[in-house]
Amino acid sequence: MSSLTPDQVRHIAKLARLNLSDSEVARFTTELTGILQYIDMLGEVETKDVVATAQVTGLTNRFRDDVITDPLATPDALLATSPLPIVDHQIETPSAHG
Amino acid sequence: MNPLHSLTIGQAHEGLRTKQFTAEELTRACIDRIEKVDGSINAVVHRNFDRALQEAKKLDSNGSDFKHPLSGIPYLAKDVFCEEGVATTAASNVLRDKEYVPPFDSTTTKRLKKVGAISLGKVNTDEFTMGASTETSCFGVTRCPYDTTRVAGGSSGGSAAAVSADECIFSLGTDTGGSIRQPAGFCGVTGIRPTYGRTSRFGVMSMASSLDTIGPFAKSIEDLAIILEAIAGQDPLDSTTGSVEVPHYREMLTGDVKGMKIGLPKEYFIAGLDSSVEASVREAAKVFESLGAEIVDISLPHTKYGVATYYVITPCEVSSNMARYDGIRYGHTTHHPESLIDYYETVRSEGFGPEVKRRIMIGTYALSAGYYDAYYRQAQKVRTLIQQDFTEAFQTVDVILSPVSPSPAFAVGAHADDPVAMYLEDIFLCTQPMAGIPALSLPCGFAKAKPSSVAPSGAKEDGLHDLPIGLQLMGPQWGEGTILKAAHAFEQTTEWHKRRPSLGEDSQ
Repeated sequence: MSSLTPDQVRHIAKLARLNLSDSEVARFTTELTGILQYIDMLGEVETKDVVATAQVTGLTNRFRDDVITDPLATPDALLATSPLPIVDHQIETPSAHG
Repeated sequence: MNPLHSLTIGQAHEGLRTKQFTAEELTRACIDRIEKVDGSINAVVHRNFDRALQEAKKLDSNGSDFKHPLSGIPYLAKDVFCEEGVATTAASNVLRDKEYVPPFDSTTTKRLKKVGAISLGKVNTDEFTMGASTETSCFGVTRCPYDTTRVAGGSSGGSAAAVSADECIFSLGTDTGGSIRQPAGFCGVTGIRPTYGRTSRFGVMSMASSLDTIGPFAKSIEDLAIILEAIAGQDPLDSTTGSVEVPHYREMLTGDVKGMKIGLPKEYFIAGLDSSVEASVREAAKVFESLGAEIVDISLPHTKYGVATYYVITPCEVSSNMARYDGIRYGHTTHHPESLIDYYETVRSEGFGPEVKRRIMIGTYALSAGYYDAYYRQAQKVRTLIQQDFTEAFQTVDVILSPVSPSPAFAVGAHADDPVAMYLEDIFLCTQPMAGIPALSLPCGFAKAKPSSVAPSGAKEDGLHDLPIGLQLMGPQWGEGTILKAAHAFEQTTEWHKRRPSLGEDSQ
C-alpha cells in the first residue's frame, strides 16, 4: 500500500513550487495517501503487451503554411495583464538571484 | 407566450425572426431573471450586461433579419472561456485578485460572436474545473435550482444551473471527466461532451489537455444540435481539432430509432446505484424499445478502473498546465519577495485552493523519477484497455445507455472531508474521455428526496421534493449525430425536459 510521509509531502510541494504550512502538510499527507491508495488498484491490471495511450485523435504532426496572420492581441495588451511593473515593454520581475 | 427567458433557441429564434420581440427585450428578460433568482443559486460570477444590451440594440437597430438561429440569443459561458474585455478568472484567487481580463477571444466565443449570439457574462465552476460540485470555487458553491441545499454539480455547475433556472437561453461548459454531463443531470437540463477534437480548446483555460472538451448546455436536444453546429470544426489555433467534417446535426434529428442497437453495460448497474436512478434509466431503455430500438446487454470490463486512471492522468497534466500561474504575466501578486523562487511559491500558495494543490502534488509525484512507470505509464496503458472496451462495444451497438451519476444531486458539504468520495461521483463519466468518445446527458425522470437540511425552495407540502435524474448516451468517436438523434427521439416521446424548478417567485 502506498503511503506518504510528511517529509515526502514537503519535498513534492517544493518540486511543485508550493509553500505549505504545517497544518497543510498534515492534511495533505492524509489526503494524498488516501488518493494514492485508491489508485493503487491500477497495479492489478495486466498490461504486459499493452501500448500506452497519450492522446486519442490519431493525428500526428500538423503543419500549416508559413504565412503571417493577424495577431489576436497586441503585445502591449498582453503586457497590461501582468501584475508586475512594465519597463520598456518588458515585465520587471523580482531578482532571480535573491 | 411563455416568459422570454424560458424559451428554447428554436422558439426565441422564431420570435426574433417574426418580430414578436426584439433582441434587446430578450436580453433584458434574461438579465432581469438573473437579478431575480441568482441570489439563491449563485451561478453568475461576472456580469457583462451593459455590453450585452449594446450588442442586442445594435442587432435591432441594424435591421438584422436574425437569419442564423443563434443571432440575438443570450448565453452564459463557464468562467474559463477567455473573452476579450470580459473578466475570466477560472473561479480561482490566482486570477481573481488582480481580475484577469483577457485581451483576446477563445475560438468558441469568437465563433458565437460572429453569428450574433450575445454574451451575458461568466458562470461559476470548480477552481480551474477541478471538482464535481463547484464547492472548490473561490466564489462559493452554485446550488441546485431544484433544491438549494444541494449542489448543482460540477465542474460546470454554473452553466447547468443557469440554464435550469432560465437565466439564459443556453450556456457553454467544459467536460474533462464528466463536468458537463454530471451537472446537466443534477439540474435537469441537456448537455453534450463532444468527441475530443471536435470543438476547439483554444482560449479556454486548460485542466488536462488530452481530455478537455468544450460543449453546450441547453433546454432541448435540438438546441444542442444548433449550438454544436455553430461551434464545432477544425481550428488552426488548436492542432488537436480534426479535419473530420461537421455534419448538419439538426437534419439528423428524424425521431426514427427503428433498428438502432442500444447497449446496456452491466458494469454501470452496480451496488450503490440509487434505486430511483436505476428504475428511471431502465424505464428509458424500455422507451427506446417501444420506439423500435433493440436493447443489447454489453460489457465494458475496465469500467471500474476509470476513476483511478483518471486521477493519475489528469493530475499529471494538471501539474504541467498549472505551472503557468506564476504571477508574472497575469494574476495574483505578492510584495517584498526574497527572490524569484520565493515569489513563485508565495503567489501559487496564496492563489490556489486545496483541490488544485492536491492535484498538482499528485501529478508531480506520479511524474517524478522512480514513480513514473508505476503510475503514469501504467495509467496510460489502462487507458488503452478502456479505449479498446469501447471500440469492441461499438462493433455490436450504435449507442450505449447508462445513468449519468449513481444518485441525484448531493447535499452541499457532503464530501467536504473526503476527496476520494468526491472523485467517485464521476464513476460513470471518467472512461468516455479516456477513449475520446462523445456522450450526452438528458433528463429521464425525477427522484423523490427529503430536504438535505432546511426546507429548500420548491419543497412540496409533504416535505419531499423532486430531484432530476440524468440519462447518459455514449457514441463512437465523431458520432455526436447518432446520440443526438437517439436523445431527440426519446425527448419527443417524454416530457421530462419540459420540467423547470419553481424558483424565483420566493427569492430576492
